[in-house]
Amino acid sequence: MLLLLAALGFVIGEAAARGAGVLGLGIAIIVWIVMSLVAYYQGDQIFLAIHGARRITHDDHPQLFNIVEEMQIAAGLPKTPDVYIMNDMALNAFATGRDPNKAAVAVTAGLLQRLNRDQLQGVIAHEFSHIVNRDVLYMSMVGIMVGAIVMISEIFLRGLWYSGGARSRRYSSSSKGGGQVQAIMMVVAIVLAILAPLLAYLIYFAVSRRREYLADSNAALLTRYPEGLASALEVLAGDTHVLVGANKATAPMYIINPLHKPGQMALNLTGTHPPIEERIRILRGIGGNVSYAQYQNSWRQVSGKSAGMLPASALRAATTAQIREPHPQALAAQDARQQFRDAGDLMRKVNQFVFLPCACGLRIKLPPDFKKDRVECPRCHRELSVPVAEAAAASQVAAELPPGLVPDLPTAQPVSKEPPLQITHTGGWMTLRCSCGRTINLAPSCEAHQIDCRNCGRTININYANA
Amino acid sequence: MIVVLLVLVGIVVVVLLAVVAIYNGLIRLRNQVKNAWAQIDVQLKRRHDLIPNLMETVKGYMVHERETLENVTKARTMATQASGAAQAGQAEGMLSQALGRLFAVAENYPDLKANQNFLALQEELTSTENKIGFARQFYNDQVMRLNNKIQMFPSNIVAGAFNFKQEEFFEIEVQAERAAPQVSF
Repeated sequence: MLLLLAALGFVIGEAAARGAGVLGLGIAIIVWIVMSLVAYYQGDQIFLAIHGARRITHDDHPQLFNIVEEMQIAAGLPKTPDVYIMNDMALNAFATGRDPNKAAVAVTAGLLQRLNRDQLQGVIAHEFSHIVNRDVLYMSMVGIMVGAIVMISEIFLRGLWYSGGARSRRYSSSSKGGGQVQAIMMVVAIVLAILAPLLAYLIYFAVSRRREYLADSNAALLTRYPEGLASALEVLAGDTHVLVGANKATAPMYIINPLHKPGQMALNLTGTHPPIEERIRILRGIGGNVSYAQYQNSWRQVSGKSAGMLPASALRAATTAQIREPHPQALAAQDARQQFRDAGDLMRKVNQFVFLPCACGLRIKLPPDFKKDRVECPRCHRELSVPVAEAAAASQVAAELPPGLVPDLPTAQPVSKEPPLQITHTGGWMTLRCSCGRTINLAPSCEAHQIDCRNCGRTININYANA
Repeated sequence: MIVVLLVLVGIVVVVLLAVVAIYNGLIRLRNQVKNAWAQIDVQLKRRHDLIPNLMETVKGYMVHERETLENVTKARTMATQASGAAQAGQAEGMLSQALGRLFAVAENYPDLKANQNFLALQEELTSTENKIGFARQFYNDQVMRLNNKIQMFPSNIVAGAFNFKQEEFFEIEVQAERAAPQVSF
């Protein structure tokens, strides 16, 4: 790949002016070095920023965090990678970071909404395999070279388009012999500039697909449960969302090709990932014990080829593990709606949404840029005052305080002076009587500390202390 | 004469270097085994710490399951007092079994299953169990490598001279109880 880049730089330089070949070569190498350095030191941050990924802690999503820790132990990594989530409905995940000590894994919110524990573990294990095998570094280096080759070719071809006429006139008026060599070089440069990017892409895709197979086999070994990843891939294959912010250069980092649209034929030569159905069949074909050799056998059966596909070093490390039992929680029918809501709430929480509990039990989620100071509950049509500005910060703190310690939120209405009549029923239901005589029933899920009476407009404090 | 002497000295130096290399390799492996065991220990301790919390949460709901609860407490006490890989493995196996039964019984209590605290503890405990499993695999791999070195020629000579001992594998024994599911019409 580097050779291709060097040849391209040399020939284009030679075509532009005789003797400038070395200069062209120099420019090609400098472009490559600069791009590598940027990718090496900033690649992970850029990558995470493109997706607006947010870092989460154990308390935000204990299950995801635990799974990451489990995989860290299984892979024998020295440090737990940072865990990020992307606010995206698409089902995808990626790993990044230049070495195992600075690694990060990111999953989309959609993934948390749709997968069970075993499936999530399979996906995380696949990403961990990329980290352990240093695929992130490997693929970014290859990717940068492809990028540099494409860039130089583009610049050359476009430059030719706009200045071609003028240049040829100038050269023909100089020495004749030199002009001939230059013309030959020009033809070679044009051919190379057209072919080199294509060739570079094909090499890149082939390398990428091999690393995916390796990561799949490694994931099966880490989890000792190939079915987890297989069924996760099945769910992912049926997904129709397209991940925002994914592009060709970063595609190999994901668990499945983020650019692949359903119904589109997966071309074997130009895919960053092997066809998903094939990956599922290989994983399901592993019988008895999990090992690299078993995976390779299964691959041979599915693809019908007799060649090897995994690197020899992986096959030599003859580790085998017995397939484990599925996780009991994965078998139990899960509350899909609740899981969907939890993932949504998690996304809003990390994005600084304000949760405003209404008396009817509905939790209204306000985006961080919500400007109005009053909002109508969409279910019961009560007017609620929005804790604006500094109160927004207070409500964030309040959410972490135990009930009873919550400071009063600023309101526009006068607070009724007389203590309201308040009865708590079994099951957590509560009845309030406003001083105007109206009774208000509160659902057990109500967390509000003040409500407005719909009859007289007074604001009533709710007392949870004697509840 | 000098040639013979030089050859002899050469052989001695080579043998010495080999002994040093083998000795260092053995020490490295032994430290890795120790480190791997420490990782298991961390997770085991975490599991033992989580169980009292679980008991506290479950107590109010499962008043009719005294025996199940007592079994868990008993198994936990045994596990905390166990010493050595083999004994710990046996005790942890019993604890896993007792916990498994507790979670199975919990399925009959819808109120308990809706309890956020219980769900969080269940997730933590299952994850800890998974972590023990993964750490165990790592530990056993290291033990196997050490034991192989101690038994195989020529490292067995060095191991014998410096008194390296074989380590125990850590196996968690769980008798797979697969009672036929009760079907009632």
